[in-house]
This record gives sequence, structure tokens and C-alpha cells, in this order.
Amino acid sequence: MSFLEYRLKQAPVGLRKVLYLNWPLVVLVTAVASVGFLMLYSIAGGNLDTWARPQMERFAVGIVLMFMVAMVPIWFWRNMAGVAYLVSFILLLVVEFFGEVGMGAQRWIDLGFIRLQPSEMMKFTLVMMLAAYYDWLDHRRVSRPLFVLIPVLLTVVPTILVLMQPNLGTSLLLILAGAAVMFAAGVSLWYFAAVILLGVGAVAGVFLTRGTPWQFLHDYQHARIDTFLNPGVDPLGAGYNIIQAQIALGSGGWSGKGFMQGTQSRLNFLPEKHTDFIFTTLAEEFGFIGAFSLLGLYALIIGFCLVAAFQNRDRFSALLIVGVAANFFFYIAVNLSMVMGMAPVVGVPLPLLSYGGSAMLVLLVGFGLVQSAHVHRPR
Amino acid sequence: MRRTASDTEETNRTLTRRTLLLGGAMAATVAVLGVRMRYLQVDQADEFKLLAEENRINIRLIPPDRGLVQDRNGRLIAANEQNYRVVITREAAGDAELVLRRLAGIIPITREELDRTVEEVNAMRAFVPVTVAERLTWDDFSKVALNAPALPGVVPEVGLSRLYPLDFDFAHVVGYVGPVSEKDLDGLAEPDPLLRIPKFQIGKIGVEKWMEDTLRGSAGTKRIEVNSAGRVMRELERREGVAGTDIRLTVDADVQNFAQARLGEESAAVVVIDVTNGDLVCIASSPSFDPNLFVRGISHTDYNALMENDHRPLANKAVSGAYPPGSTFKMVTALAALEAGVVTAETRVRCPGYIEFGGRRFHCWKRAGHGTVDMERSLTESCDVFYYDIAQRVGIDKIAEMGRKLGLGQSFDIPMSAVTEGIMPDKAWKQERHKADWRIGDTINASIGQGYVLTSPLQLAVMAARIATGKAVVPRLVRMVNDQEVTPPDATQLSISPTHLAAVRAGMNQVVNGERGTAKSSRIVDPTMVMAGKTGTSQVRNISAAEREAGVISNDDLPWDRRDHALFVGFAPVDAPRYAVAVVVEHGGGGSLAAAPIARDVILRAMSDGLPSLDAYPSSQRGRIETMLNELPLRDPLTGLTPERTKA
Repeated sequence: MSFLEYRLKQAPVGLRKVLYLNWPLVVLVTAVASVGFLMLYSIAGGNLDTWARPQMERFAVGIVLMFMVAMVPIWFWRNMAGVAYLVSFILLLVVEFFGEVGMGAQRWIDLGFIRLQPSEMMKFTLVMMLAAYYDWLDHRRVSRPLFVLIPVLLTVVPTILVLMQPNLGTSLLLILAGAAVMFAAGVSLWYFAAVILLGVGAVAGVFLTRGTPWQFLHDYQHARIDTFLNPGVDPLGAGYNIIQAQIALGSGGWSGKGFMQGTQSRLNFLPEKHTDFIFTTLAEEFGFIGAFSLLGLYALIIGFCLVAAFQNRDRFSALLIVGVAANFFFYIAVNLSMVMGMAPVVGVPLPLLSYGGSAMLVLLVGFGLVQSAHVHRPR
Repeated sequence: MRRTASDTEETNRTLTRRTLLLGGAMAATVAVLGVRMRYLQVDQADEFKLLAEENRINIRLIPPDRGLVQDRNGRLIAANEQNYRVVITREAAGDAELVLRRLAGIIPITREELDRTVEEVNAMRAFVPVTVAERLTWDDFSKVALNAPALPGVVPEVGLSRLYPLDFDFAHVVGYVGPVSEKDLDGLAEPDPLLRIPKFQIGKIGVEKWMEDTLRGSAGTKRIEVNSAGRVMRELERREGVAGTDIRLTVDADVQNFAQARLGEESAAVVVIDVTNGDLVCIASSPSFDPNLFVRGISHTDYNALMENDHRPLANKAVSGAYPPGSTFKMVTALAALEAGVVTAETRVRCPGYIEFGGRRFHCWKRAGHGTVDMERSLTESCDVFYYDIAQRVGIDKIAEMGRKLGLGQSFDIPMSAVTEGIMPDKAWKQERHKADWRIGDTINASIGQGYVLTSPLQLAVMAARIATGKAVVPRLVRMVNDQEVTPPDATQLSISPTHLAAVRAGMNQVVNGERGTAKSSRIVDPTMVMAGKTGTSQVRNISAAEREAGVISNDDLPWDRRDHALFVGFAPVDAPRYAVAVVVEHGGGGSLAAAPIARDVILRAMSDGLPSLDAYPSSQRGRIETMLNELPLRDPLTGLTPERTKA
């Protein structure tokens, strides 16, 4: 669809756009983030200033950004997709060579007021880029090898950069996000089947080269996989996180130990309790009811996104929404699998809940794009 | 490029279909996550709840206060003192070695101790406190507290530790406590969890060991919440333990102190027993040692000094020493013969200085012989030949039977370490032990308490008590447990004819009070306290015929460890016996010179309120006795201190 076509439709103009926002989505996002504030307050032992207040401030900034992004017409964002992708890519290169080293990995650029994680940005600029690409591409060519190779390269090259940082979690999410957009765009299922086969082969390769000079993964990454496969081997060492997380979850029971009563987190048995493992505290203090409700909220957010994608007859918008939703979903799925002992421990935060600045901001900007697509959808 | 409407329709259909597929996959994943959540939080909840509890709750034991040990009048023998100590936790210290070195600059810690502590700290789990120094002075203790900011992980603590205020006097009786060893645990099927507490102290010897169960008490527990590092966050519940039970011994601390002082430098033992109820009023063994050294961890130097001392300070000679009783055994032979009816009190035997049996000559100690002696004189002058003669008439088995009746050859149930049975030999014993027939020469040796016969001072005191009363006096050491009087064992009447006992007692009276008695210089002149007894001198070497021909070498010319043991058994007052006494002075020479005076002084002390009155001594001895008594290194009743400590 062209620029002109948009103009012909009766898109809302000016502040009236606010009325056309996908308000349920805004409410749901805020609700989940509020659960996060509550948990951070509890984990800090009833201290607001430790984690909860900074997180709320960031959320406020993020929400404002979200509204700003939503106000800008979606065609502007489509036109900006290439630029945004390129900027993210350059930043990734910069961080690779000049970035601050933290937690054993080069992940961010310190801008003073914020630590910018280009890998986080890349998750959404990649989705934008791919959506724009498929918007441009004739649908009959979608499965042609050359036109499949282009998005694959667009996805894989930054993924390799992220993997080199090294950041296994984010690179995994990048691949999944790229794949989701390509899947939605209608790339032939044979490609996916082939990639899955290749993936199995690659996993075999990773394990077979282990201990040789050609080893792909870091030892700590291997250790994480080993402990995932059998956490009991080293209960006080590498398996500790997984075991303690499951104890926290399981001991929450049906209705939980009550707000601020979680012994596992309060007594420091839980690792990374305010970031990647925040879900365990929620599960411990609010039990199955609380944890399942959160899962429901997440499912609703994804559901509203997908419905918005169905309603949107603009190809770029629909693909963008699906991409953002898929991204959001993969975050949740990987994180929850991890804390529930169904996946190895890879550093993936729980979106909107985990303490951390750039992930939250980038995610809210992503939702801003969804809102923009929704507000400016062809009618 | 332009797109047709159908194109758009087509792409949108594909997109919708694929998005639906994607959504379905997502929904399936969410369902799996939900099921997993349910499994963990509902199905497995109980198990994980338990694990979470185990995670956070530790049960710590509270060591109970150990029971006190007191003398018969309530004087403290074993007490608990406040122990200022300093412990360190590696987790809180960070660099433990650095902190410890800093600590060593504040309080006195030797290089050796420092290295040991560093090693121990590194071996323990990070949050387990390790004791750095104990028994600090208040000054050092406060210095540590003041410097706390510079000493992370270092905590000054106050605990209880064992103190023996009467140090040397009761080392052998009460023993001492020490940290639990592997050996201690090995012997127990289900050790008290208290014993697993690091540095928990239990009785190692003596009353401390044998009454351990009474003294220890039972542990209290506290349930505490810990964090992942094991640090205690708060106490959830506390159940106080039961303190150990106090024990009151039968020993009189003053008499004991007097006896220890009176024994002085000698390698000797003295036992005083109350014949009316078997109470052991005094069980002294000399030289002694300071049990506090062992509680605090004795140094190698001190320990080696104790081990290398030829007077064996660590041995409890009063109950563990087994000595040939020598002539103190003659009452046994006499009573056996009387009871067997082979002699009467009037039977006379001629002593030419020796007697011949089977071609062998057995000598009397008096080479010239005693002439014709009856039983009383045989005791008074300690004629050996008389006993050689009557012994071979009565036979060893009857003598042994009498010996056992009087308390020899058996152990007594008192809570002390290494209570010896001694040896009361008979034919069966020799057959079993030496696979040889009993010979007449063995009987002759046994008749005067030589040969195979071995007795402890405790047994000899019991023997004296039984002769004095005609009752089977049983010694006891514990008078009260938890302020409840322990019923003394009922002393049954011995099946020995009172006239026979009277005859022997008459002889013993003459030993001390007769004009020709071997112990006449040790008599008590106070008519209410008159003592009867029997001296003994037991050889620790064989005297060969050649040596005898050349003239027996006087004890004074022999090296110390080859001199004879000096013994004395006795009781007083002679007409209404109250106390029996036995003294053994190792290599002391003659019983009349080395043992009897000690026995007299100690039994007099037992019968008096304070120091024995000089009126009890023969007037000719008073000057010497007064000097001796004044110079005794007795404990000051006010300060509890002893003027000079004889030796370490």
C-alpha cells in the first residue's frame, strides 16, 4: 500500500489519535509493570528506593516514549525502518569494539543518563526491517531462495555480533523474532523444516566439539546446559540457581506464602531475584494463583496484539505487530522455561517485570509501534 | 510497485493463516508453561515447601551447663567459669588471614596458634565460627570489642568452661574434661548430638568421665532462620536444655588437701575411709598435676614433663597402683588360719630367723629370729616365720578366700578411672595365669604379702575397715546427686568370728601402741583417737642367697626405684573405729618409718576439725611435729591458694 492510500483513509488526526489507541493493551501493560513494582518492593525487603522506584521512573519514561511513538504515523516508521536497522547495527559494532564490559560481556554503551544496549534495540529494529522488507516484496517471491537469503542475512549477521558479546539469550531471541516475522510473511514451511534439521545438527556439533580447540560455546555456557540437564550434580554450585528457583516456585503452593513473606527470596537463597528470576518470587509469594494470573495477563497482551494484527490490513503494520508480539512472547517463554527448569539458564529477563532499564524502554517503544500501527491502520 | 486488490487479499490471507498458526503455537506453549507451573506449585508443592523449610531453618544445639562437683561439705571442686573467647567467621571476615594477623597485634596469639587457626578457618564452611583464642583477660577481651570495626568477622563471646579451683588436690579423683575425640565417639552407638558440637568438652578421666551422663545434662535447641550464606537471621523458637546434675562427693576437701600436702614429694598414696558408711574421705595420690592445664590444652613441654617424671604424676596410685601388700597382708593370713581352725590365738611358733620347706630356706626379716611368738607378737613385731608356718598349714585357697572377703582381689564400683582389681592369687589363678602348679613356696611368699599378691591402697583401706568393723564395708565416692543423698551400700556382717577379729585387732593395737610394736613411734596418745594398724615393707626386688650372705644392702644405699615400698594400714579410734587408713609410699623404705607417720597425721586430720592437735602426739615428738605441720604447703582457706607448688 502506498503513502497515498493511507491519506485516503480516515485516519484520526492530532490529539484525537489518543482516543483511537488500543487502550486495553495500555492497561494490560501497565498492570503487568505494576506487578513488577510490587515484586521489586517485596524483594528489596519493603524498600521502595532499592529497585521499585527506579523501575517506576523508567516505566514512566517508557510510557511517555510509547505515546510519542504511537502519535507518529506508521508510514513514517516504515520509512525509517532501514535507517533504524542500520543505526542499531552500527551501534552493535561499536559496542563490540568499544563497549563497556559488564557481567563478563560487552553489552552496552554508557551514554551517561542511560546504558544503551544495542542488542535490545536490535530486537525491534530487526522486526521493523523485516516487516518493511516483506511489505516491499511481492508475495509471490517470498519463498524464492534469494529473497529468503536476504532476511536470513538481516537476522543472522546482527545475531552473530550479539553472540560474540557474548549474549546467548538475546541472540536466541533475535533468531526467533526474525523467524517469526518470516513465518508470518509466508515463507515456505520447507525452509523452516530445513533450518530445524540444521539446528539439530548444530546442537550435535556444539556437543561434539566440546573440549576441542574448535569449541563453539564458552565453558560457562556449557556448564549452564549441563546443570540444566541435571541440576542435582552440583547443588551448591552451578545447579544451585535452578534448584533454589524451583524450591521457591514449588513452595509457593496454591496460594503462596503471602506478600513479602517469601523466605527463599528474602533470605537470599534465590539468585538474580530482582532480574531474571523475579518470577520465582512472585510464584513463591502469590502461589499458583498469582503466577498463573500473570501468565494470563501476558497471554492477554499477546492476544490483543494478535487481534490488532488481524484487524490491520496494512502488511507492514500487521507484520510489525506480529513481530513485536512474538518477541514479547519469546521473552516470556524462554524466561519462564528457564526458571521452571525446562530450559537452560540463559540470561533472559522477564519483560516488564525484571529490573532493568533498556529492556523495559525498548519494549515500551515496541508497544508504541504497535499502537501507532493500530491508530493509523487503514479503515 | 502497484499491487492488485487480489494480491492484497492473497497476502493478507496468508498472513492471517500464518499468524493464527503462530498464535496457536504460542497458546500451546503458554499451556505447557501453565501445566508445568501447576505441577511445581500444586502437585509438588509439599515437597518443595519442605525443601524451602529445610533451606531456611537450622536447628542449633544449646550446650547445657555442666553439673558442678563438690566435696562432702559443698566446697567446689569442679566449677564452670566465664570464658572470654574470640571467634572468627570466614564469610564475614573476607580475608581471614589478614584479619587474624591484625588480631594478633591486639591480643597475644602465638605464630603457631595463628597458623593453626588460619588452617582451621579455611577448612570450615564459610559461616562456621572458629575459636581463635580462649580465656582472654577482660582487658584483651575489651580490646577486641573496641577494635571491632577493624576486625570484620571477629566476634568476642562469653562461654562457660571448666575450672578446677582445687587444682592439684583432686586431679586424680575428679579428673578433667577435654574436647570430644574420635575415640570417644567410636565407643558410642548413638552419640548425643551435643558431642558433635565443635570443642564440646566431656569428661576424660575420673569422676568427670565416669559420671559424664549425670554431669552433662541435655542439650537445649533453638530453631533459627538462616539465609543462603548460613548466617543466622533470627531465632524462631528456643527450648532450654537441662543443666547437668550437681554431684557431691564423699571426699573432704580439707582432709584431701592435708593429705596431698603431707605426701609432699613422695610417690605415694593415702586413702581414708569412713568405716561406718564406706565414705571415701580422702583419696590422695602424689605427686599430682593441675587438671586445668588439660582443660586449656596442655603444652607439649608440660605434658612431656608429666610423662617423663619417674614419680608418675598422672597415675592415680590410690586406686590404680597395685603393690605387694607386704606385712599388711598378715592379718589376712592370720584370720584365714584362725577361721580354718588350724591355729588359735594362743598357738605359738618358734622363729629361728628362717624356716625350711622342701629344701629351701625362707628368711624372717629379723635374721636373728624372734624366738617363740604367738599371734599377737607375730603382728606386733611382724614375725615372718610365724606366717610361713601357719600359711602352709591353712593353704593358699583359704587365704585367698579370706583376702577376697576382706576386699582384696576385686574392683569396687566407684566412678574413677583404672580402678585396679589387684591380684589375690590361689591355685586356680596360677593354673590359669601361669599354666603352672601352685607351689608351697608361693604360699609362703603370699603369706607375708609378697609373691603374686598385689593390692591397691584403696583395697588395703577397705581391708582395714572390714577388720575394724567385721562388716563388709563398701567404699563409695558419691554422697549426693542433685542434693539427694545416695544411700550408702548396706554393709553386711562378715562371716568371721568376732573373737578371731578381736585377736587380730589386739595385735594391730600392739603394733602401734605396744612397747615393741613396729609402728610405736607413730602412736596417737589422745585416748579418744588411739590408732591401731600394721606396717608393711614390700620388696620390689629379689634378694639372692649370695646377697643375703654378704649382708642385705640397706635401703638408703639403693637407687630410689629399687628401694622397698613402705606401707601402713590402720584404723582409729581403736575401741570404736571411725576411720580406716591405708598408706603406700613407693620406694619409701620401711613401713614404720615412711608410711605409718603419714597414716597417723592424715587419720588425725580426718578426726579433727582443723590441723591435728599436738596433744595427740607423744610429747617427745611434739616439737618436730609442730614444725612439720607448720611447714605443710596447705591451701589458704581464704584465698584458696597454695603457698608453693611442689612441681608442675
